[in-house]
Amino acid sequence: MSMQTPLGKVRGLGSAKEGAHHWWHQRLTALALLPLTAWFVISMITLMPADYAAAQDWLGSPIVAGLMLLLIFALFYHLKLGLQVVVEDYVHTPWLKTSTLIVLMFASILLGLASVLSVLLVAFGV
Amino acid sequence: MASHERPLSPHIQIYRWQISMALSILHRVTGVGLGLGTLLMAYWLIALAAGPVAFADAQALSGSWIGRLVLLGFTFALCFHFLNGIRHLFWDIGQGFEISTMRTSGWMVIVTSIAGTIAIWIAGYAARGSL
Repeated sequence: MSMQTPLGKVRGLGSAKEGAHHWWHQRLTALALLPLTAWFVISMITLMPADYAAAQDWLGSPIVAGLMLLLIFALFYHLKLGLQVVVEDYVHTPWLKTSTLIVLMFASILLGLASVLSVLLVAFGV
Repeated sequence: MASHERPLSPHIQIYRWQISMALSILHRVTGVGLGLGTLLMAYWLIALAAGPVAFADAQALSGSWIGRLVLLGFTFALCFHFLNGIRHLFWDIGQGFEISTMRTSGWMVIVTSIAGTIAIWIAGYAARGSL
């Protein structure tokens, strides 16, 4: 007879080994991305005929730049959390799983940072 | 003890396809696709910061037939992931779990994401004045 509680028996058995804050942050970023992506798609439609100067003007507005920064942060965080679950579910070789998660983490940060710097460069007109 | 050879559920070779599993898989596939799509968004922003020549290259690439094809797939993936994501958020607050509701909301997501994709592209061409 085991003296372990039912919770103790199942704790850590999921493929990610932990999870509530991951789950919650994925939902928070999903919620934030609903208005942000809707705004982004509408902006891209209206920017369709835009040339370089018009696009610079658009991103030069503090409100647009601010919304873009929010979008970039929520998007790359949501992407990192989502792809992490996919890797944890389908990659079963321990060393490969860990290395893929490391690459995923670094790649999302690098892409997010490159996007943020680009927005700031345009916004401050450097 | 559990053997490593046991099939996992749903074992898709023998499992009858249903809208619930199809949309669940499509949610993941579109999520991964959108992840690749963020490369395009980052490229577009970097090109805009890099200057007029780089930006013209980016615009030319996205305006080419292959660029438009990728953007069309990206639009559908975004519409689907967006709308099916709302469906998931309703499940998260405990709503819509009845099988009939789940099937109806699934078909609604399919229809509205196709309609949304078409509407976005019509609006895009209209904004360019080429409609």
